[in-house]
Amino acid sequence: MQSETKSRVEQITSPAGHPVTVLRFEGDIASTSKDAVLGTYQALPKAANKIILLDFTKVDYINSSGIALVIQLLIEASNSAQKVYAFGLSAHFVKVFTMVGITKYAGLFPTQAEAMAAL
Amino acid sequence: MSQRKTTNVEVRLPSRMGFEKVAMSTAASVAKLMGFREDRIEDLKTAVAEACINAIEHGNRLNEKLSVGVILSAGEDSLEVKVIDDGKGMQNQPAKPDIDRKMHGEEDPRGMGMFLIQALVDEAEWVAGANGKSSYVRLVIRLDKDQV
Repeated sequence: MQSETKSRVEQITSPAGHPVTVLRFEGDIASTSKDAVLGTYQALPKAANKIILLDFTKVDYINSSGIALVIQLLIEASNSAQKVYAFGLSAHFVKVFTMVGITKYAGLFPTQAEAMAAL
Repeated sequence: MSQRKTTNVEVRLPSRMGFEKVAMSTAASVAKLMGFREDRIEDLKTAVAEACINAIEHGNRLNEKLSVGVILSAGEDSLEVKVIDDGKGMQNQPAKPDIDRKMHGEEDPRGMGMFLIQALVDEAEWVAGANGKSSYVRLVIRLDKDQV
């Protein structure tokens, strides 16, 4: 019933010259998304990926279990001295991420272009 | 004495994760018919989804022989949603989630459902059923005066 979460990784360079690893998600982010969210992140070599950018543009539904997966990713990133940013969330999920405090540990941007300009 | 008109819509869900989206879509359709703003409908969708997830996971303990009842009552200026399961109901209200404690491993990253429900609707109450069954959460969102 929950739509499968797809994820793919893309390496890009910010205008300031920093290498950025983009994790692009598609589908629901829920309890069944552990492999797509955490698994994809954990497969990245920590030393070579210091800036992580999460793309939620093609995500329609995020529930509390999905938010918990994002927090787990933030915990692991923090322990590995990585910076995490995100873009493409709807206004509602920007509000929800702000309410639960995620914005304290991950910068949110409306679009990839705005995120890249700031990195 | 004037009688207030209420229209009821009922949905019965299997206790399987993912089916909360059926209740979420139904609640959104009813709220749209009532004239709620898009941002309030999004709030309601998340609150209803989280209430159903709690009912499926904690109330009915993922037992697919049990179902979750969702009753939407559309009044003149508010929408009430009751999500009913066969559990004993909430024994204690969980503490408000603390992102700093979560980030430092002092608190489970999960456990935000009830907080989101309370934060996104105008009223939320958890009622334990008699004989330890038919517990429910009752949510209310009200139309703003300029929407009525």
